[in-house]
Order: sequence, then structure tokens, then C-alpha cells
Amino acid sequence: MALLEVDGLSVRFETDDGVVQAVDSLSFSLDEREVLGIVGESGCGKSVSLMSLMRLLPPTEKVDGSARFDGIELLTASPRQIRRIRGRQVAFVFQEPMTSLNPSFRVGRQIAEVLEQHLSMTRRAANRRAVELLDLVRIPAPARRVDEYPHQLSGGMRQRVMIAMALACDPKMLVADEPTTALDVTIQAGILDLMRDIRERLGTAIVLITHNLGVVADLADRVLVMYAGRKVEEAPVEGLFANPQHPYTLGLLGAIPRPGSADQNGRLQEIPGRVPSLDGPWTACAFADRCPRADEITHSEVPPLREVAPDHLVACFHPGSN
Amino acid sequence: MSDAVPTLEVEHLVKHFTAGSQVFGGGGVVHAVDDVSFAIGAGEMLGLVGESGSGKSTVGNCVVRLHEPTSGTIRLKGRDITHSSRRELRPLRRDMHIVFQDPYSSLNPRLTCGEIVGEPLRIQQLVPRRDVDGRVRELFDTVGLRPELRHRYPHELSGGQRQRVGLARALSVSPSLLIADEPVSALDVSVQAAILNLLRDLQQHLGFSCLFITHDLATVEFLCDRVAVMYLGQIVESAPTADLFSAPKHPYTQALLSAAVVPDPVVQRTRTRVVLEGDIPSPLAPPSGCRFRTRCPLEHESAPRSHDEEPSLIDVGGGHFVACHLVTRARDDAHLIDAAELTS
Repeated sequence: MALLEVDGLSVRFETDDGVVQAVDSLSFSLDEREVLGIVGESGCGKSVSLMSLMRLLPPTEKVDGSARFDGIELLTASPRQIRRIRGRQVAFVFQEPMTSLNPSFRVGRQIAEVLEQHLSMTRRAANRRAVELLDLVRIPAPARRVDEYPHQLSGGMRQRVMIAMALACDPKMLVADEPTTALDVTIQAGILDLMRDIRERLGTAIVLITHNLGVVADLADRVLVMYAGRKVEEAPVEGLFANPQHPYTLGLLGAIPRPGSADQNGRLQEIPGRVPSLDGPWTACAFADRCPRADEITHSEVPPLREVAPDHLVACFHPGSN
Repeated sequence: MSDAVPTLEVEHLVKHFTAGSQVFGGGGVVHAVDDVSFAIGAGEMLGLVGESGSGKSTVGNCVVRLHEPTSGTIRLKGRDITHSSRRELRPLRRDMHIVFQDPYSSLNPRLTCGEIVGEPLRIQQLVPRRDVDGRVRELFDTVGLRPELRHRYPHELSGGQRQRVGLARALSVSPSLLIADEPVSALDVSVQAAILNLLRDLQQHLGFSCLFITHDLATVEFLCDRVAVMYLGQIVESAPTADLFSAPKHPYTQALLSAAVVPDPVVQRTRTRVVLEGDIPSPLAPPSGCRFRTRCPLEHESAPRSHDEEPSLIDVGGGHFVACHLVTRARDDAHLIDAAELTS
């Protein structure tokens, strides 16, 4: 049975400029121990969808659909129930570790606080556990580091502290939202290794939200590509990279500079145009205006998700890998 | 002729900042850039690569004199500009221009995009006042912006469009040197591709030299003729692009190349990775001798020499320079990993 089952999730914001449909009928599932990568560019709804599940959005949001986590319906659960899940069974790691940590408390205290809150540990036991957790995320000299403040740590160290805090209650699911984006490549490599290790040792399922296809290629088992609030493609990681079907996925892959990605004129592939405004549920393919394969039907109907290979879903009227 | 006078020559550039409050006894000296030398020929694109804190942006800022160099020499088309006054620099401003990383904070929010692009033209009086608007139109066209956007304010534009405005402003004076400091890092992948293509096209058409500062090796490989890798304020390796990517010699360059993620799960999960231990040391107190030694996987081989002696850049042939005790002239001995394995 899937650990998380999201069905028809829609998120709308009422703003001064009208309605913004940030997520539009998104469905996906996450198995235990699985790493699901959610990929897309800014504004595609990848972060908002996960935030809405954990009810972390402001009250101006309107959420529809259903999301069952471990048998509990998240979208209708009471604040009390959600509090019991959040932090304890589902933990978050955000992009910017400096703004997610409280600058005025020692990092050990911040980790211990989680344990005291969720697991009703004594202060002494929680402090001891905090040292173990820092050791788990491979911070050297953890007994000394617990007494340091966030500003005394480097970016990579802070992100490790965030991960330690997320793992404090041994959650079933970890949502990592751009966990390495603010880090240097050599530091990123270490964090990716750590996350892989966590999945293997603790069996934590991970939702990896990123714009970086390289990070997804490194860590994910399955990938979901989002565009303008909708899922446009979903596939096992090998299938997605070896045989991408949606023109947007192809565009993203072609846009990354790497040996062989430039065309014969030495140019990278561009995706013409720009992301459309998200002012309501889609009545046509959201990518139609930028798509080289667009035709009449693309502009008049929403493409349904179709299975083009085992577990490989594409929302496109004209799928194909070239 | 290009051989005679490089567009930009930087020799033994040093930039130290004083850190901490001087009132309370002072902190120390941040060694942001320590003895950096390079040259950029006419029409050449040099990629300056490094991680945060390596000093790559400081080099760029010193070149355009946003920072006052502590010592060293900067020559623009043969002319020493290291200590030129603001007034002396003014006419030279049409020879070099900079594009910044953040297209949000580097454009004046109170000017329209047309005014922003036209400002250098007006200050430099390069075209008669009444022709400025026409030239701005042309520039908008060159960088792929609709001319109507001249009348919009920066906040009305997307990140990619704003970066094009920044580029149009930089190109308005037809500089012989463009300094691009992480120009695509704040942009989405598909927008990045468009800006990189544009930069490449413009360089080919206009023929300016470019100092391209970035942390992203892949963009350098796509764009640049030559690459210099910086670590903690110094250049540790520099080489023609193809050479550096096919046969990196410095252990740091090798680690950097191997740590970059590749968007291909098969390759990404099977390649050899060198994960560096620890963090980049504080530039307040850089390690003695070789600055990379505290994280170097080959430190046991180069110690104790690496503690006492700073390795200097040596020519290993073909314009490939490496600063490592384990690399000796024209021999391939510092092979941390087989180069073929790295690039496969």
C-alpha cells in the first residue's frame, strides 16, 4: 500500500489580482522507502502542492481533492491531527538553512525541542539524542557542535542540522524542498550521499522537490514533471531520462548545457515563450503556446494522462522522444 | 594584433578586506584574492570558476574597480587602470561593462527599462540625445526584447527579460570587455539556455572579450574558450576549455568536476565521485602552504611539503597551468582519478 496517495489535488489562491490556480488536479502516490522527484521550474506548483498537504499555506488558499497519508485524510484532518503528523511522521527540509533555523538558539536546543514536543522526551534525553542525530548526519565533533549557533556553521553544516532535525522523530516521509540549491557543488555531493544513506539505513520515503534534473538523476526512483500546476509526465527515473515523452521534459533536458546537448550550431535548446499565467483551471494543454507539436486539439482540450510504457504516464496528445 | 595587447591583463592581483569592527580591536584580514594573474585576449571568453568564497566575484569587481585592489596591476587594452581615479576611469567605462547575477537588484526600479539601457549612452554621450531612443530600440532588438518594453519598469518584467535588459545596458557602449558575474544563476533552466545562447551569439557577432564568472562548470564548458579555477583566493588551474574538461590535473578541479551532477541516472549513479571532506577554510586564516591541503584527498602524498610551501602555477604544456606539488612539468602524475573515468 502506498504511504501517501494524492488524488485530484487543486490549490487556488485568492489574490487582489484574481484567482491563481497554483496546482490543478494533481494525483500521485509515494511508496514506503521510495524517493519521488518532483521537477519543474519556478511557479509550477511543486512546492505549493506539498505545502498544501501539510496545511502549511496561508488561509487564502483553497484546497480541493484528497490526500491520504498512512490511512489519514490530510485535507480534512483537524489541526490537532495534523500537528501529530507534521514533524513527527512527515518532516520538511527547506532550501535555505539559514532562514529555517532560529539564529538565537543553539542548534542542539533546536533539535532537542522537536524531540521534547513530539516524543515528550526529557530535556536531558533530548539533548543526548541531539548529539546522536548530528553524528547520524555526519557532522564531525557533534558533542561540540550542539552548543554552536547557526551562524557559526557553514551552509553545508546548517543543511545537515536541518536534516538531523527532520530525522529527529524518525519520520516515515521526508519532504526535501530544493535541499541542495543554495549549496556549492562539492557540498551538494555530500548532502546527496547523506540522503541516499538515510533512505537506505532508515527506510525513510523522500519527496525530492527540485528544479535540477541532475539531482533527480542522482537520487530519485521515480520522477514527476510539473508544468503550470499540472503533472505533464511521470515515469521511473531511467525511463524518463532515456525516453522522455513530453515536449516540455525534452525541452528541459535539452536546455541543460552538457557535452552533446548543443545542436550543430553549438546552441542550446530553448523553450520559446514563457510560462502562462495561472488564472484558472486549464481548458487546453498548458504548454500549447510554447510547444512545437501543438495543433488544434492541443488548444481546445486538456490532454489526459496516458500510459505510454509501463508506469510511464504522459499528458500530451503527441508524445514521443524526439 | 590581438597577440600584442590583450584586452585585459591582471597581474598579481591582491584584494584584502579588513574584517570585524575596528573599534573593538579589529577582526583580521580577509584574503579574498591573493596573487591572481590572467589575461584575456581580444574576442576571448575566459571562464572564472569557483565555489562561494573563492574570490571569483571579487576579481570581477576589482577589474571594473567596484573594489579598490590592494595591490597588483590591471591593464585594460594595455593601459594601467589599477589606480585610475573615478574621473580618469569615466571614458574607460565604455570599454568594459558588467552584468550582475541578480537581475532584480541590479536594475534601478525607478527608471523604465529604456532609460536604464539608455543611461550609459547619455552619460558617455556616445550618440546625440535625440538618437538615444532609436539606439535603445536597436539594443532591445539585439537582446531579443520587444521594443515596447522600453516603457515598462523592471518589476513588470520576468527574470529572463530583466537579465536581457542588463545585457542590453552592458552592450549599449559596445565594450571591448564584458564581465558577466553569474548572469544565469538566478534563472530557470529553460531561461538560462536562452540567455546563454544569446550571450554566445552576441559574442560571435560583436566580438567582445568576456570574463565569465560562475560556479557552474557546465555553462563554462558550453561558452568559454579558456577556464581558470579558483580556490580560496587563488587560481589553482587554468587551461583551454577542452583540455581542462578532458584532463583536469588539480585534485580540486577533479573533485569539482566529479561532484557536478549529470542529468542522466545511468551515468550519474555509476561515475566515480570524489567527495571532499569538510568545508572551504575561512579566508581570514587561509591554510599555510597549499591552501587546498585541508581538504585534499592526496594530502598524504604531498605532505609535509604542502604545509610549508605554496605551490606555484606551472605550465604543463599547451597553455595548461596547474598549481599543485604533485604535478610536475609536462608529466601526468597527479592522477587522483583517471581523467577518462571522470568525463565518461
